[in-house]
Amino acid sequence: MMLRSLGPASWRSGGLIAGLLAAALAAPWLVNDYLLTVLIIILYFAYAGQAWNIMTGFAGQLSLGHAVYVGLGAYVAAALFTRFGIAPWIALLAVIPVAMACGAIIGFLAFRFGVTGVYFAILTIAFAEFARVGFDHWDLVNASSGLFLPVKQYAHNDLWLLRGDPTMFYYVILAATVLAFALCFALRRSRVGYFWLAIREDEQAARAAGVATFRYKMYAVMASAAVTSFAGVFYAFFYNNLFPEQVFGISRSIEIILGPVIGGIGTLFGPILGAFVLTGLAEALNAGLAAFGLDLPGAKQLLYGFCLLIVVVALPEGVWPPLARRLGVTGVGK
Amino acid sequence: MTALLSLSAVSKRFRGLVAVDRVSFAVPRGIIFAVIGPNGAGKTTLFNMIAGAMPPDDGSITFDGEAIDRLPADEVCRRGIARTFQIVRPFPALSVEDNVTIGALLHRRDVGAARQRAQALLRRLDLFDLRERPASTLTLPDRKRLEVARALATEPQLLLLDEVMAGLRPTETDRMVAILQALNLQSGLTVLLIEHVMRAVMALASRVLVLDHGTAVAEGAPQEIVRNPAVVQSYLGAEAP
Repeated sequence: MMLRSLGPASWRSGGLIAGLLAAALAAPWLVNDYLLTVLIIILYFAYAGQAWNIMTGFAGQLSLGHAVYVGLGAYVAAALFTRFGIAPWIALLAVIPVAMACGAIIGFLAFRFGVTGVYFAILTIAFAEFARVGFDHWDLVNASSGLFLPVKQYAHNDLWLLRGDPTMFYYVILAATVLAFALCFALRRSRVGYFWLAIREDEQAARAAGVATFRYKMYAVMASAAVTSFAGVFYAFFYNNLFPEQVFGISRSIEIILGPVIGGIGTLFGPILGAFVLTGLAEALNAGLAAFGLDLPGAKQLLYGFCLLIVVVALPEGVWPPLARRLGVTGVGK
Repeated sequence: MTALLSLSAVSKRFRGLVAVDRVSFAVPRGIIFAVIGPNGAGKTTLFNMIAGAMPPDDGSITFDGEAIDRLPADEVCRRGIARTFQIVRPFPALSVEDNVTIGALLHRRDVGAARQRAQALLRRLDLFDLRERPASTLTLPDRKRLEVARALATEPQLLLLDEVMAGLRPTETDRMVAILQALNLQSGLTVLLIEHVMRAVMALASRVLVLDHGTAVAEGAPQEIVRNPAVVQSYLGAEAP
């Protein structure tokens, strides 16, 4: 059934994925350390954007507070590591349930009491803010003075404890991004995925078609929270320091959603492409301004905002859908 | 034979307005039953209560021997009542086939099997050639048939059709009438329809209920109904002989 339905568009997109993956695997040999760090940041946003897309792009529930899941993932894993020496992979056994529980609470409050649309989005922001203020005063995790992971010179890369050089972190986040893509690909084509799309398109019509909307919206929030929480674990071990102001801040949530918004909400390639476009744009502006010797404060932010404006106005569906049509892979990355 | 659906003194008020006032009727299994009445008579409100979109203020609704008047819409659908909307509501960005597949997934876990079921229904409703188009690009008659296909995909025992003929040309109406008759005859599907197009009501329904200002003013076979003075007065127009 699957094989029979593979048309030329599927083969083309299969080729596209294989080519990108080969380039991604070879990247550490092709680029310098600085560019490798940029690639790590791009993949981090691609991963987190993909996770956010499950809830908002597939199920249509706008979250503007995804920093809460990043922050919880980061803090739980970092605290378990610094206090008990627990490896981050083991910590996921705590991280994922904590993030899912947080998602379940937000979802239950919203969906049980009919909080929808922008009000739902505000509720998600509120939870991220609760977490920010709460962690800012929680002495167990050093409150506002921040939680630090020990940084030592390592003789070799320790994948189990996530201690090592950028190349190791690059491959970890690359693997995570590929897995998240595969997960979203499978979800999008599953029974649950179809029900999510139905809810996104018209919730009342979905209910009339027998979709248990409460349950499937809960699944969407919890799945998205679970996937996002690993982004937090990665963040903690890559940056080695955590401040509530930073990890739970609203700007962190906005950063996560910009990728899929620019790339194409609800598409599979959108979050990845969007992360490349955004981070690439920021880096290009840095380089461009430096080359022209411009050192005006705020010039970069202004230009960055202007470029985003152009993208949003010119490509309201995001960058991916028109690009997909151009490449002849329509319908596959959707 | 016991009724598949029965309403007993069902009422609904919106603020001061009584939209549906103590309406009772029973739909036997396997028939096509029409509800007619002028605009604002309470027909769609009645449908919304049966389908679980809103609970009645008073009275009870029984389906297949069980009370359903406090169940949410999705549960009512799982029990075997599917509906269309008067103002069509397909999933606009999804393809025609995906729209129907979602309905077929209600009682199927396998997406491939649901897709096959969806394709069979699309053939039946003359939509197969449009299956890859986004639903938002369809014409109104096509979207109306798409709603029927999506509702049928949930494998209902009772199909609620809210003015599916409105806006259709006579030939399209005849086609829809033929499809519904075939479904009713071949699979014993019970149909409850709200309809303004009398041509369709006369062709399809074996029983008709007339609503006016929220109350049931007459019920009977279509030929009796069109001769009923109260119906002529309230619905068909006072100038009729």
